[in-house]
Order: sequence, then structure tokens, then C-alpha cells
Amino acid sequence: MDGEMIIYILFIVMLATFLGVELISKVPSTLHTPLMSGSNAISGITLLGALSLAGSALNEMSVVLAIISVAMATINVVGGYLVTHRMLDMFKKKEKD
Amino acid sequence: MDMIQNSGYLIAAFLFVLGIKKLSSPATARQGNLISALGMLIAVIVTLIHHNIISYQELMIGLGIGTVIGVISARLIAMTAMPEMVALLNGCGGGSSLLLALAAYIESPFLTLTSAIISIISILIGGVTFTGSIVAWGKLSGTFGGKPLRFIGSQFINIICLIVIVWCGYMFVSDPMANAMMVYGVIAGSLVLGIMSVMSIGGGDMPVVIALLNSYSGIAASGAGFVIGNVLLIVAGLLVGASGLILTNIMCKAMNRSLTNVLFGGFGVIKSSDKDKEQGEVNPISAQDAYLVLEAARSVVIVPGYGMAVAQAQHATHELAEFLEENGCEVKYAIHPVAGRMPGHMNVLLAEASVPYEQLHEMDDINPDLGMVDVCVVIGANDVVNPDAIEDEASPIYGMPIIEVTKARSVFVLKRSMNPGFAGIQNPLFFKENTRMLFGDAKESLHHIVTEFKE
Repeated sequence: MDGEMIIYILFIVMLATFLGVELISKVPSTLHTPLMSGSNAISGITLLGALSLAGSALNEMSVVLAIISVAMATINVVGGYLVTHRMLDMFKKKEKD
Repeated sequence: MDMIQNSGYLIAAFLFVLGIKKLSSPATARQGNLISALGMLIAVIVTLIHHNIISYQELMIGLGIGTVIGVISARLIAMTAMPEMVALLNGCGGGSSLLLALAAYIESPFLTLTSAIISIISILIGGVTFTGSIVAWGKLSGTFGGKPLRFIGSQFINIICLIVIVWCGYMFVSDPMANAMMVYGVIAGSLVLGIMSVMSIGGGDMPVVIALLNSYSGIAASGAGFVIGNVLLIVAGLLVGASGLILTNIMCKAMNRSLTNVLFGGFGVIKSSDKDKEQGEVNPISAQDAYLVLEAARSVVIVPGYGMAVAQAQHATHELAEFLEENGCEVKYAIHPVAGRMPGHMNVLLAEASVPYEQLHEMDDINPDLGMVDVCVVIGANDVVNPDAIEDEASPIYGMPIIEVTKARSVFVLKRSMNPGFAGIQNPLFFKENTRMLFGDAKESLHHIVTEFKE
């Protein structure tokens, strides 16, 4: 990584952090549990790195590690989104009758 | 081909942001989650079709195993056990980042100084998150016991871990090619540190710990993104990191404590001996009498706590609320930010019992109205309604924001016995003149009252 690249990445880091803080502060406390499980699913984004490494690595050791990483990240993604969906399904408005 | 991949990542990042934005209201939250999932699907597909992937068999094994475990656990988990589920998901995220950074290093050990530093940080945070989350899970599920575990040598072990991590990390960074073994020293140190740091934290502080580990898992993912040079990992990881940090901050404020205080000592070890002063009489009440008061009440506020989850009383609570409403009474729920074992835990449990979300009110919104309320029904909550937090400057919880139930005309406390709550502090609320104690299992007591309503 050269200097120019680092500055470019720091630029993204700064913007993403501010955006994250702004977005999350708007989430009401009623939804904090789904927010956590949903953001867990997003942190399974490591899946992308693990997939491309597991599919392209030549060293056997790194392939094995990357596959375990794929499995763990997939649990995060699949489990996270499904359980969040299950929870949000329960949040209902009052039935008007 | 890179063009396709990067465009896909751009779309994914946009969908993640949009998805979180829609979480700002319960009405659009479901849609937001689906949008976020769509973003993830797109990101995975463009990764899979990229030319550098030469073998798919292994990938399918990993994806298959992960999907099966993910689907089964998401289906079977009970809503009361949601904190455990989130703890385990945090752990998976941390573990995945650790392994990814390690695998990337083994595949191409020619690291520049910056990459070496970031690899080590990513491995360190990933390791702490992984074992820390497993211990948090154990504590939440009761496998390891909820009490904080501190022993004489524990600080010593922590210091040794830190020395090992810093020294191995330094050696590794100074020459990643020659000192390859040092990376395993950092891994071992971080795994032990994760166990030690969560072990010493009490069960009542778990909301803070889970939120913090949530943040770590995001930061670890972001670090792994630096290592492999993937911008989407960096951005998505930071969004999660920010989310966890904000929640941690909210939890700490709601307990009037600093993060350092939660992590390095506090409540768990405080003795309750100084509170043996004269408290006055406790006034018990029977379910029949409680019914008579509730039947006459025009407005009722229900204050749930972790005890409601333990007694599985959320459905009975909703049933009572429905009878009250039929009777022309206005029912609201007052939710303290740290009620339960994770942020928002009570809201999910009540939603599961089909309580409409308009009835769920945050502490700050409902406190000013409590003076107009006929009856406050406290179900399984204790420290979050302790008036000592306002009245007694000597109390360890003095200054903590509470739901001021004593302002209501009368307060019913549903409680199994007179045992103090998590903080180990006696609660003067139980001795107030307008407080009536309804002893027994919360679920059974509620059933008794509901039966009276039916007759």
C-alpha cells in the first residue's frame, strides 16, 4: 500500500464513520435488538474476502483457513438476516377494529 | 471483469446504507432488512463470478455448512435467547476476520509495514471478539454462571497477555517474512485476553459487553478489508463498528457509568451491607385486591424487566393489558434502555407477545407523564425503578436515570421474593407508602388477575 492509497482509504474511512454515526443515531431504541442482529449480518461482509481467497489461494493451509472463514461469515450473514426478519415480522401496529 | 465487481460493490454499499436508514421506523424496518440482504446477495454474486476464482468446490462446502447452521439457528432460537444468538453471531464475525487476515498473510507473506500493522490489529481484534463472545454467550445462557469471575492472578494474566501481544506484534511487524511464528503468539494472546476480559464482567453489565463486541466485530471486518484491499469490507465494517459504539454509549449512559468502569470493575463486587438501615413496612397485596384497583384505574403503565423474560410472562402481560383496555383504561409500557440483557431486548419480547409498538415508550418520554398515572405495574424490574438513584447520594447507583414509578398514584411490584436485584442493592421502592407487593411467580400472578377480569 503506498501513501496515496492510504490517504484515499482514510478518506473513505472518515466519510463512512460519519455516515454510520448519523444513520444509527436515528434508529429508535425499540429497534435496537434487530439493529444489532442486522448489523451482525452486515459484518459477515468478510464473506467476500474469504470467498475470493478460498477460491484463488494456492497454499493449502490458507485455503483451509479461508473455507472455515467462509463458513463462519455465512452463519453471520444467513443467521443474521433471517433472525432479524423473524423479529421485525413481530413488530406490528395496533389492529384497527 | 473488475469493473463489474466494483460496480456490484458500489450498489451493495448503497443498499446497506439505505437498509439501515429504513430501520429508523418500525413501519419500514422489515423492508430495510430485505434491502440490506439484497445488497449482500449482489456482493456475493459479483465476488463468485470474478475471474480469479478457479475452484468452486471448496467454496460450496463453506457456504453450505454456514447456510445450514445459520438457517437452523435463526429458526429455532427463542426470543428470550436473542442475546445469546447475537453473542454467537458476534463471535462468528470476529473469528471469520481473524482467519481471513491469517489466511491472507500465509498466502502472500510479503507485507509492507502498513499492511503488517493492520494485519496484526485485525487479528488481535478478531481474536478478542471471538473468545470474548463465546464467554458472553456462556454467561448469558447460564453455562458459565452469571457472576463476575475475578481471582488473584487475573490481572497478572492480563498483563502477560498484553506483553506477549505487544512483543510478538512488534517482532512480526519489524520483519513479517522472518518472524512468521510471531503471528501465532499474537493470536494466542488475543484469544486468552478475550476470555479474561469478559469473564470478569457481571451478568447485569452484559448489554454493554454485547454492544461493544458487536462494534469490535465490525472493526475487525474493516481491518480485514484493509489487509486484502477491499473497500466494501472497510465501509460495511465501519458502519457496524459505529453502530456498536453508539449502542455501547447509550447503554453506559443509561447506567450512569463509564465504559472503563464497566470493563474494569464496578457493580458486581459491591456489598449490600450498608443498606441495612430501617426501611419501614412492606405492604403485600393479593391478586384479588390488585384486580379491584386495576379495574377502577383509568391509566396504567407497565414497567417490564429481565424478570419478565425469566418468568416468560410477556404473553400474560399482554393479556392483562387487553382486558384493561377493554375496560376503558389507557395502557402504556415504559422501557428502560438497560432492561433485559441486550439493547432493545424488552421491545422484542413484547412484540413477540403481539403488543403493538405504539404502546412501547422510552424512559425519557414517559417519565414526565407518570404523575398522572393511576397504577404502575412493575414486572420483574428492580434496579431500573430504584428511587435511590435519585434520592440517596450514598447509593452506588446514584445518578442513574430511572423510570420514576413512585410518581404514580400507586405502584404494584410483581416479585418472587424480597431478594435484591442484579446490582445487589436493596430497593426502597418496596417500602414506599403507595407501593404494594404482589409476591409470587409473575406469570401466575398475572393469570390470577386476568381470571378475575374474566369473571
